[in-house]
Amino acid sequence: MSSRDRILAKLNAAPVLPKAVPDIASWYATHRFEETTAEKVARFRGCIEFAHAEVYAVTQATWPQKLCEVLNTKQIEKLLVAPATPHGQRATEVLTETGITFRAYDQSIEAWREEMFHDVPASLTGARGAIAETGTLVLWPDADEPRLMSLLPPVHIVLIDVNTIHNTFYEMMQSEGWSGSLPTNALLISGPSKTADIQVTLAYGAHGPKELIVLLMGEAS
Amino acid sequence: MSDHALSFMPSEGFRARSKEVVENPFLRKSFRGAMDFLINKRVTQFPSAEELETLRTLGEQIRQYNLANLPSLLVQLEDSLTRNGIKVHWAETPDEANAIILGICQAHSAKLMVKGKSMVSEEIELNHACEAAGIEAMESDMGEYIVQLAGEKPSHIIMPAIHKTKEEIATLFHEKVEGVDYTDNVDELIQIGRRVLREKFLVADIGLSGVNFAVAETGTLCLVENEGNGRLSTTAPPVHIAITGIEKIVEKLDHVPPLLSLLTRSATGQNISTYFNMISGPRKADEKDGPTEMHLVLLDNGRTQAYADEELRKTLQCIRCGACMNHCPVYTRVGGHAYGTTYPGPIGKIISPHMLGLEATKTMATASTLCGACGEVCPVKIPIPELLMRLREESFSEPHANPAMRGQGAGYSRLITMVWQGWALVYRSPMLYGTYSWLASRFNWLTPSNQGPWTTVRVPLKPAPKRLRDLLKDKS
Amino acid sequence: MQIQGKAGQRPSDIYFFATCVIDQFYPGAGMDAITLLEREGIRVHFPEEQTCCGQPAFTSGFPDEARKVAAHQLTLFPENWPVVVPSGSCGGMMKLHYPGLFAGDPARKAQSEALSARIYEFTDFLVNVLGWKPEDKGGDCTVVLHTSCSARREMGVHLTGQQLLGGLDKVTVAQQDHEAECCGFGGTFSIKQPEISGAMVEDKLKSLKATGAERVVSADCGCLMNILGHAAWKDQQEGRKTASLPGEHIASFLLRRTSK
Ligand code: SF4
Repeated sequence: MSSRDRILAKLNAAPVLPKAVPDIASWYATHRFEETTAEKVARFRGCIEFAHAEVYAVTQATWPQKLCEVLNTKQIEKLLVAPATPHGQRATEVLTETGITFRAYDQSIEAWREEMFHDVPASLTGARGAIAETGTLVLWPDADEPRLMSLLPPVHIVLIDVNTIHNTFYEMMQSEGWSGSLPTNALLISGPSKTADIQVTLAYGAHGPKELIVLLMGEAS
Repeated sequence: MSDHALSFMPSEGFRARSKEVVENPFLRKSFRGAMDFLINKRVTQFPSAEELETLRTLGEQIRQYNLANLPSLLVQLEDSLTRNGIKVHWAETPDEANAIILGICQAHSAKLMVKGKSMVSEEIELNHACEAAGIEAMESDMGEYIVQLAGEKPSHIIMPAIHKTKEEIATLFHEKVEGVDYTDNVDELIQIGRRVLREKFLVADIGLSGVNFAVAETGTLCLVENEGNGRLSTTAPPVHIAITGIEKIVEKLDHVPPLLSLLTRSATGQNISTYFNMISGPRKADEKDGPTEMHLVLLDNGRTQAYADEELRKTLQCIRCGACMNHCPVYTRVGGHAYGTTYPGPIGKIISPHMLGLEATKTMATASTLCGACGEVCPVKIPIPELLMRLREESFSEPHANPAMRGQGAGYSRLITMVWQGWALVYRSPMLYGTYSWLASRFNWLTPSNQGPWTTVRVPLKPAPKRLRDLLKDKS
Repeated sequence: MQIQGKAGQRPSDIYFFATCVIDQFYPGAGMDAITLLEREGIRVHFPEEQTCCGQPAFTSGFPDEARKVAAHQLTLFPENWPVVVPSGSCGGMMKLHYPGLFAGDPARKAQSEALSARIYEFTDFLVNVLGWKPEDKGGDCTVVLHTSCSARREMGVHLTGQQLLGGLDKVTVAQQDHEAECCGFGGTFSIKQPEISGAMVEDKLKSLKATGAERVVSADCGCLMNILGHAAWKDQQEGRKTASLPGEHIASFLLRRTSK
């Protein structure tokens, strides 16, 4: 018998103690309420700012300008973008005159590991959506915006459309049918990387981005 | 059982180790401060008692439902993971788990393994196994990294280096990390760790991680973390090995949000962790990063024993939030190392006997006043105090056939049992009790002034000259 | 079955289960509780054959021995009257653990379930059954309350003590840090893990003293034995002749405050 069989045999020999299927939907229905977009924006923003992210309200028209300002203020001269995405393309178009160097994640990581680990100060990615309850960005990395793009650069800038903010994680996975469609990696990001491992003192930029910048795209307020 | 398990002998040294900490005012104060901090942070996360209560009930139901279906869910998980391109391994013992992991490492001629935080890897003492096999195993969680540099073990399942001050860490870094000047600035210390570890992530052959939830229907491994080292460990190296206990499974993806919410809010008082990383497979052909090979090791190590008993099975509901230790007045006084087990505090007391046997843990369950603080905060409502009483019984009862636990009766003493039998004889009989208590009160001047452990910090107990029943008689 | 003593119905008779600790070590607390109840016009019945609820053996891992002792107590309360217990921990044992203890004995299980519904912790009984509002006849005084873990977490009656003390006009109830934390008694724990138990009671006493209160009151004599035992030891160590923090059962305090 293999270990697998032995483990399963032991479990199967244990008493069968059936339990009811948990009713998750009704807990959410009675404890989390649907909010208007404005309310969701406020909640999302409050939470993610509390987690030390910088948030800027932008519009479809103004975000490249804000991106430019952010890069200038932080004296960032090189940006990792995905030119194949609409926002990546727009960023490169608008910012070309500013002298910022663009880098695309256009080959597998093995080909440019050193550079990616040491020499990419910032990245811009989109997000699939967000969660108001916890101030969370949801990213599904793909061929254009791979996993490490939101992890290795010290500054991560995310463009997010306010209309993609959901009330809760539960609502988002339900309404988008995640259980049938998960990618190899799905990420919830709720602030810059941090740790409190030394004397419970909070420090940012433990291993991932030190700064998380959210361009919150909706009607300018 | 494995040799690793036998290297723990917590029962033997617990009192001596706890005494050391209790007598160190500095450590006492720092543990207390850290635990107060975590307790207060948790409080802010649960402003509504009703919400907390109903969510805990839901958490309990989700965990119990999934445990009830554990064998079939494990098979389903294996199918889903296999379909997703993740290789599944099963290990009954720590030795077996280590052999599987080392086998994978050797197949890749691996020299360096970076580790995301994994208590199960501590449980199997993977670092030792790697060292013996000539593979460098590098902890990358900041707390784990510090503890590893110091040659110690984690003292808390969520905050591994909680026993260390920043000055100690400053000295440690200065002495152990090349080219580092002494600094006790926490930001600078973290940046030093970041720099050192990033170089390791750059070249590591293997990334190892734990698992917080394994989703059977989708074949997804979920990881909760704040630092990003978990993401790096599971993304940067070409091979990712995850290891988990067989109990960390949920059937449905929608079981995850309530448990995640309970976990982060109970553990560190965060409404959510910085990262929640859901991995459903290695890099696909068109993808540009992520491991090209993935493995999951499912570990038993005594969990099937807990599973076999209706009451003890509740132990497996645990989602390893650490809230029970944060709220434990004993843990707060002695810290994690005193326990001598991988998992300290209340959860350690109820899970370790299954992993190590009662021989090695026979008095562990006595290190509790049964105050109930652990059970009160446990996000999945594990009745920890009741389990502690059960473990006391398993340990102290006379060895019998077909015990529910390995090592049942390890703490059995004929004398102690006779004392309790004598006690029961007196207290079940009004006549004997009457005589005994009458004598004790009339001759209370005979009460010894040295009452052993009681009188080390208390005056002796002395029966009153007249019992309540005597006073009542006098009155009427 | 209608239980006499449910909210709103004032029972004429009750049973008093004193606990072995009160019977032998704090008889005064038992007397005061009984006097107070009788003053409210209630006939208090003290079954002479009572001994101990069985908890010491139960929590120490000797359920068989606990069961024998508990079985005897089960026979003591034939009338359908409330059973008042001046201890959250013994009350909790009888109310919450007896039914489980007799799981394998249908007759006793049924008996213990019926009994369970009639068990009241003393302060809970005063507040929620009698609706008693103490009338303060004493002078200004600051006290600090220690609530036992069983009263707080098992019985869920941590508010009633606060409420009773809060109802005394001239009494200030001081707030301590780490109020909900255990005093470190834990029955045999205090003997099996004396270092930790000692550290816990040391911290508890410090918190209590830091409030500046004149005295500590508690509805559990187990905790009092531990806290006052340590306080007296400390006084001895530091050469004090009088108690730096005297203490008593809440029944004694309430009786004194409401008597001329
Ligand atoms: S026993 Fe409960 S409180 Fe303790 S770690 Fe597990 S889930 Fe958290």
